[in-house]
Amino acid sequence: MNVTEKILAKASGRKEVSPGEIVEAKVDVAMVNDVTGPLAVKAFQEIGARNVWNEQRIVIVLDHQIPAESVKSAQLHEIMRKFAKEQRIENFYDVGHGGICHQVMVEKGYVRPGNLIVGADSHTCTYGAFGAFAAGIGSTEMAAVFTTGTLWFKVPNVMKINVVGNFQKFVTPKDLILNIIGQIKADGAIYKGVELSGSTIQNMSIDGRMTLCNMSVEMGAKNGIIEPDETTLKYVKNRTSGAFTPLRSDPNAAYEKILDLDVTEMEPQVSCPSSVDNVKRASEVKNVKIDQAFLGSCTNGRLEDLRLAARFLKRGRIKHGVRMIVIPASQEVYSQALREGLIELFVEAGAYVSSSSCGPCFGGHIGVLAPGEVCVSSSNRNFIGRMGSSNAHVYLASPATVAASALTGKITDPRLLED
Amino acid sequence: MIEGRAVMFGDNVNTDVILPGEYLTLTDPVELAKHVMEGLDPTFSGRVESGVIIVAGRNFGCGSSREHAPLALKHAGVRCILADSFARIFYRNAINIGLPVFECRGILGEVEEGDELDVDLETGSVKNLSKNSVFHAFRLPKFILEILSDGGLIEHLRRRLKRGATR
Repeated sequence: MNVTEKILAKASGRKEVSPGEIVEAKVDVAMVNDVTGPLAVKAFQEIGARNVWNEQRIVIVLDHQIPAESVKSAQLHEIMRKFAKEQRIENFYDVGHGGICHQVMVEKGYVRPGNLIVGADSHTCTYGAFGAFAAGIGSTEMAAVFTTGTLWFKVPNVMKINVVGNFQKFVTPKDLILNIIGQIKADGAIYKGVELSGSTIQNMSIDGRMTLCNMSVEMGAKNGIIEPDETTLKYVKNRTSGAFTPLRSDPNAAYEKILDLDVTEMEPQVSCPSSVDNVKRASEVKNVKIDQAFLGSCTNGRLEDLRLAARFLKRGRIKHGVRMIVIPASQEVYSQALREGLIELFVEAGAYVSSSSCGPCFGGHIGVLAPGEVCVSSSNRNFIGRMGSSNAHVYLASPATVAASALTGKITDPRLLED
Repeated sequence: MIEGRAVMFGDNVNTDVILPGEYLTLTDPVELAKHVMEGLDPTFSGRVESGVIIVAGRNFGCGSSREHAPLALKHAGVRCILADSFARIFYRNAINIGLPVFECRGILGEVEEGDELDVDLETGSVKNLSKNSVFHAFRLPKFILEILSDGGLIEHLRRRLKRGATR
């Protein structure tokens, strides 16, 4: 079996599972945020269950509309605070205490190899970076998980992507995943699992691995997963003393398809409007003037991303006429960035820097775009209307490309700027 | 049987166009329905009130896990969605809120905008009354049909809880 099958078998109390089978699996951890949580609470109340199945296995993180920008948002936050209190859910991360749900889940040690995790957010697949099976679900289904602690899954066919080679300077895991999505397309992994492996992945940091698995949903995947190794175990053991059983794919495990990739010649990539799979080389995207540059999100708001952007922004001020928004992925990342002097550097360069939240990524809180405006963003989606007006244009790129573009005022291949 | 006039869409219709992020603070399905598909077609919510069937291409509902998207479609008057394929979270969400969804390969070639369709929930057979043709969607497994016939997962679980099947 491959690692995805092994986790689903373990969680459903079976010796073996194979693709296409439907299993009833036990959930190790369930996560909701302030957008999906209130609907889940409402559904939980309508089901008529009194208590959640296990209050210690539920994590609530407020991250989308924080701090509340409207009375409506404030009321949604209230619903979640009240629910956490009533159900004695201590794993509750309010404004200022956590950050983006997926980063908080990882930093606080809720994500462990071999676990089955569901989250009412599509980017829950991020946790596959730690060898966990993690998939996004909806709010009503989350209410069912709150009630029973179990959920049905169809065992997916798994596509393996084997990556080798060393990245060129300023080419990053984000460029790799955009390149993969450009090849596989937005529906290329629909209903499937995606397992990433190979020497490039083995040599990659936790931050980079999270970026890869985070965007597996953008090619339709049920989960993205990387087998746990020394890098994983070192990180996880630092974050939790809880028990876990790392699982790895058997050497003879079956895959529906194996894709081989070499990153040696790969150039910085840009996903152009208005589909994530509309991917071009940054060097091909010429004369696209930008109004806004966004560095942040669950895709690319981690320390490694901020450090990389700082290598560009230390050289001067952001181009006149461009606004740059920088939002660390968690309060922990924010705090470390402060200690390293990164935040001061961003502010000196003219960026708007805020405490951790989802920020402009989903177009419902701050940093939304006016009709006709263009944004280069380190986030994960560029659909019509994603970041504000349905007539705005979002280009997705790496933190290096975002920072380089903020300096020049147009979408720029970061390799063109001398280090 | 589900009857309705076909409203056509292409591939990769995502949840950001179905229900834009700026309306995520709404939880009332009637309010959500007013903004459904706003980014793609501002006239949509007005012209589907009488009850329609969406016919679409590949990867319908891709993107965010927001259940606001199928809720808004259902309450705007969408009775059923037939598509080449669905994004998995949307697919599950639709069933869980009691909106039938069927995978139907090649459906865009079988139907034109405005055709009158008749869908058999149990068998997955689709009659195009305007073209006098019949084709077949993938049949839904029994446990999904049970959720749909209970009107969604909430009612389904309420009934299970009453029978003492859970907890």
